Amino acid sequence: MLTKRIIPCLDIKDGRTVKGTNFVNLRDAGDPVELGAMYAKQGADELVFLDITATVEKRKTLSELVNKIAHNINIPFTVGGGISSVEDVSVLLQNGADKISVNTSAFKNPQLVNDLAKEFGSQCVVLAIDTKKEEDGEWYVYLNGGRTKTEIKCFGWAKQAVDLGAGEILLTSMNNDGTKQGFALDITKQLAENLAVPVIASGGGGTMQHFVDVFQQANADAALAASIFHFKEIAIPDLKQYLKEQHIAMRM
Amino acid sequence: MVLTIIKYNAGNIQSVLYALERIGVEAIVTDDVQQIQSADKVIFPGVGEASTAMNYLKERGLDVVIKNLTQPVLGICLGMQLLCKHSEENDTECLGIFEANVKRFALDNQNLKIPQIGWNKVQDITQPLFSGFNYEPYCYFVHSYYAELCEETAATTFYGVKFSSALHKNNFYGVQFHPEKSADAGERILKNFIALNP
Repeated sequence: MLTKRIIPCLDIKDGRTVKGTNFVNLRDAGDPVELGAMYAKQGADELVFLDITATVEKRKTLSELVNKIAHNINIPFTVGGGISSVEDVSVLLQNGADKISVNTSAFKNPQLVNDLAKEFGSQCVVLAIDTKKEEDGEWYVYLNGGRTKTEIKCFGWAKQAVDLGAGEILLTSMNNDGTKQGFALDITKQLAENLAVPVIASGGGGTMQHFVDVFQQANADAALAASIFHFKEIAIPDLKQYLKEQHIAMRM
Repeated sequence: MVLTIIKYNAGNIQSVLYALERIGVEAIVTDDVQQIQSADKVIFPGVGEASTAMNYLKERGLDVVIKNLTQPVLGICLGMQLLCKHSEENDTECLGIFEANVKRFALDNQNLKIPQIGWNKVQDITQPLFSGFNYEPYCYFVHSYYAELCEETAATTFYGVKFSSALHKNNFYGVQFHPEKSADAGERILKNFIALNP
């Protein structure tokens, strides 16, 4: 049976891992390669490295860092941040990334998703969506690391991207991110149950029960978290053991 | 020992190379016929599309070269599928080492997402690829197509259907999962392949 995946996320700024609350107030959380290797050893199923400053500052993700990660880590990893062309992706994959994630650039140019899927295969194209529930009760797509609101609804964009060839959706709820109050179950469930590709839930995981909820209630395929792992509030082996005891398929 | 990784137009070669480095094995990445034929062991990796990959191999005569190799050969993911008879992916005739046909996961099962992405249990494991395993390991899979069960099945995995997650015939081995990305279990499988007698 295919297991649910636990994915630590390492937000990278200037080569360091950082973590903030609701996309602001960044704190230093250590060396990304060391942290990544430690998580792999502890049983993380996959890693995500997001260069969170890339889009805003128009920087390219450092391929050198990707190369160093690839040498040191024996589980799959995704790299995102500032990727806007087939050439960008080619460089990252050549340096050992397994998947890349696109966000703002794909929204502005949906053809990019199609081009990437054709060139490298859907399996390595992860569409990241930052979404926020507004007062009207609808989830909207945000761009540029959560700084720019759009009028497009999250589900519609996710569906379009899957049709264009996205192989996975990394869904971050801005309402929940950094709050440790649990994942956004409603939008996660809508995507997980209506899209033909895996959905990675992100934002809000604070207790082990939150992970149970996102897998059992929202049917997420994977759950991503950052600060609770970086600041050692929840240890990955404990989390996986707990989830297994709740009858959730886990790689132990 | 000389280990050669066949270079062709299907990704993930770097990942295989780095995984071998981590277990202390040097490898040569090449599409040179001489170097492939004279290697002690050959790894045939691959992520991509079957017909494009087969055409590339044929244009360079590598299809015939691979079929006639007598040293241990390990096909990974698409590499394994290309060692099978036929793939439904663009109706592609493959190398025909293994009896199995390669099929696409059926879409009619509502809960089945395609591709299968993630860790799944490798069962019914056999020697020598899985020697030293006293448990059924979880390995990392990324694929939309699978090899059917056949006489050469060396391990099975279930994803809506039970399929061949490893194959073995004479000097040819294949794994559908990515040992280079399958943590400690994957490293052990790579070590087992490296330890095979030429």
